[in-house]
Amino acid sequence: MESFFSRYKNALVLIVVLLAQVIGVAIQVRRPLPKEHAQPDAGGVRLIRYWAISLVSPPERLVHWLGSSILGIWDNYLDLIHVRQQNKDLEAELRRLRIQQGAIVEDARQGQRLQQLLSFKQKYVYQTLPAQIIGTSGTEQSRILSINKGSKDGIGVDMPVITPDGVVGRIREVFPHTSQVLEITDPTSGAGVILATTRIRGILRGNALGQPQVVSVMPDERIKAGEAVITSGGDQIFPRGLAVGVVDRVVTDPDHDPLVDVLIHPAANLSRLEEVLIITNMGDEITPKQKLDMMQSQAAASAEQLRASEILAERLPSRIDPDAPQTDDASAEASADAEGEGIARPMRPPAALRPDRFTPNTTPAAASLTPGARLAPQSEGQANTTASAPKPRATVPSSSGDDNGGVTETAAVVPNKKAPEIVPDDGSRPPPTMAVRPTGSSTGATTVSREGTTAPGVTHAPMVTMPASSPRITPTASGGASTPARPPVSGSLAGVNGAANHNTAGSDGTAPSTTATVPHTTTTVEGGTVTPTRPAGSASTSSINGSAARTTTGSGISSSSGTTPVHAATPQSGTPSSENGAAPGQVKRTVIMDGPLPSGTKKPTTSATTGSTSGQSSATQTQRPPTAAPAQRKGPEIVPDDGSRPPPTMLKTKPQPQQQTPPSQQQTAPAQPQGGRQ
Amino acid sequence: MSRLSAAARRDVEVQTYPLFVFVVVPLLALGLQSFVSLHFPRFDILDLPLLVTIYFAITRRNPIIGTITGGIIGIAQDALTRQPLGIFGICKSIIGYLAASLGVRIDTENHGTRALVTFGFVFLHSGMYWLLVRRLLAQPYAWSWIHELIRALINMVVAVILFALLDLAKRKEY
Repeated sequence: MESFFSRYKNALVLIVVLLAQVIGVAIQVRRPLPKEHAQPDAGGVRLIRYWAISLVSPPERLVHWLGSSILGIWDNYLDLIHVRQQNKDLEAELRRLRIQQGAIVEDARQGQRLQQLLSFKQKYVYQTLPAQIIGTSGTEQSRILSINKGSKDGIGVDMPVITPDGVVGRIREVFPHTSQVLEITDPTSGAGVILATTRIRGILRGNALGQPQVVSVMPDERIKAGEAVITSGGDQIFPRGLAVGVVDRVVTDPDHDPLVDVLIHPAANLSRLEEVLIITNMGDEITPKQKLDMMQSQAAASAEQLRASEILAERLPSRIDPDAPQTDDASAEASADAEGEGIARPMRPPAALRPDRFTPNTTPAAASLTPGARLAPQSEGQANTTASAPKPRATVPSSSGDDNGGVTETAAVVPNKKAPEIVPDDGSRPPPTMAVRPTGSSTGATTVSREGTTAPGVTHAPMVTMPASSPRITPTASGGASTPARPPVSGSLAGVNGAANHNTAGSDGTAPSTTATVPHTTTTVEGGTVTPTRPAGSASTSSINGSAARTTTGSGISSSSGTTPVHAATPQSGTPSSENGAAPGQVKRTVIMDGPLPSGTKKPTTSATTGSTSGQSSATQTQRPPTAAPAQRKGPEIVPDDGSRPPPTMLKTKPQPQQQTPPSQQQTAPAQPQGGRQ
Repeated sequence: MSRLSAAARRDVEVQTYPLFVFVVVPLLALGLQSFVSLHFPRFDILDLPLLVTIYFAITRRNPIIGTITGGIIGIAQDALTRQPLGIFGICKSIIGYLAASLGVRIDTENHGTRALVTFGFVFLHSGMYWLLVRRLLAQPYAWSWIHELIRALINMVVAVILFALLDLAKRKEY
């Protein structure tokens, strides 16, 4: 037995040594402990490493100290050219950066608060500790760096190690004066990363050749070389947004065939590292200096916000002085531009192409209107009267130049100086107004404002019949384009949305149908729009949505107060006049006569139909002069249903009563009541 | 037969070194390997601890000392890495044993012999390391024949120079 050991002692020693080391390896590679008991190595292994590090590190530190001392002597005592100027520049830069830092820290804190509200944990870099690299593992298979800072310097396990260029790795082992850094190129490392452009997340780890790669990524054609890769923060080690590198190429994952590995070119030069930064604090601790900077930045930001709000408030429409003279919007814009670039402008909705004739409070006060007058020039009718309209104080002009006018905030009617527009009856737009043809059956009509408030006292003549020489006025609530007559509907007019509807007998928000048996056709001119009404003798007016309100003021006319009640229009014996002392002569009002008053129709003494549009609308008030010529019964006037102006020949042609002309023939229908428009 | 005679004479020629050499040289090898690789990344293709292990094994001609020396140097090298202690220790223990066993039988004073022995042991070391890491630890390890051959060649050249330098510190005992 003794000879056996003596004969094979060498082999036995080898076996024992190998067996001991294999057992040691087996112990070390057992299942790792949970995170809370994070210890990379067991106590014995750690002790061995500590001894090894303690043996190797002193010479490394000595060599590093010698090298750094020589370089320090050269840099600090010899190579001092332009140092003073650089110092001044750096101090100025430092002051500027401190202010910026305060603002950034405040933003970061705000972001943290918001993220806390969202229960999202986010880490920010608040404190770093510089360290110098004093050694490596010395092998290709292990990407380990040794730094000259340890637990006595506040270094802990799993602290991120970065450089200004990008991520380096994390702390793996900590010793009193040294630490080990596991690079991201090591196969055992791991970091949560995200591709900056494609937002593809993955796990970064080194491959066998020491190149970092995002492993097991779903194939995506969008991944291109050069795409930036940043940390995602999902690993709870690296803060979010740190640069990792750029995509080098995409290779197939050999272990997971459908998946690919994205090889990364690290942003930090890991082969030439000399100094690194260890992120030692990612909480919300703020130094007093940072707090001071934050206060300064907050004060500056508050002053800036106050100034911006003042500038913004000056431009808001609510701040427009109603007593101020009218200013053009373009000029206001120009003046705003002149004040300075980059100043925020108040947001304004785009100008409406069509007037808002359904919004309440846009009708003018009836008192501001003149009976028998209109505000828009009439191309067809005879402009026999001119009325004045109060000069608007402040007007938001409408971009639309048609007869509908724009929604204004004026205190008075804005005269329309544009040519009237002929509105086709193609149903392309809802009937803005209801061309009411009150007949004799509709008596005691009341005027209801847009809000549905009835304005008693305004009496609408069911049908105004004027002598042939006089214009005939149809009490139509105008306000831009009116609803052209559709013969099959037999005079049923419908108001849309009910807000600006006309109800001949309506009040209380209901729109009873008004049936007229007037056998003639009334051509209504509203806001410069020639609108043929239905020739049928029965004209019913109804409104949709329930709130039928007959308004004497057409939509599109805005009132200053918005709730101005409609006052009764007082006829002035055929002479249109304006109320409230408005200066006459500014607005042309056209009274159109299209036929005599039917015999059964009671001639109203006063007839006021006010229709106007803001800016381009017309206000029509009917007044029956007592000296009117004897009424002549006329047949219904046939006018084109497409809203076009009837040809002059139609004025001479006697139309067929109750005749409904197909739309295709209405264009050239020669029927025209006698004594039609003039 | 004459060669054996010559070798037999050398077998009795035991090369000894001062104690500090046994201590300082491995530490210097580890330190240089760690420090130089920091500034010259491609320096890690060298394996100075392995060369030191081979040198002491073939000069001492004692398998037990070679095994223990290799084991200690290997474990120290493991301590500088992130891998478990014992991987390099196992490899260098075997290399130390084989180098010491071979040094008894061949002329290790010849530079050519040293070069061939070093080439073979470096290649064997890489193979054992791959086996342990890939099969025992199931960790990724890229094996490249060309790379390993280049590594073996470079270590062979460096070993010839290093062994010549270390020969200056030896003292002969009869």
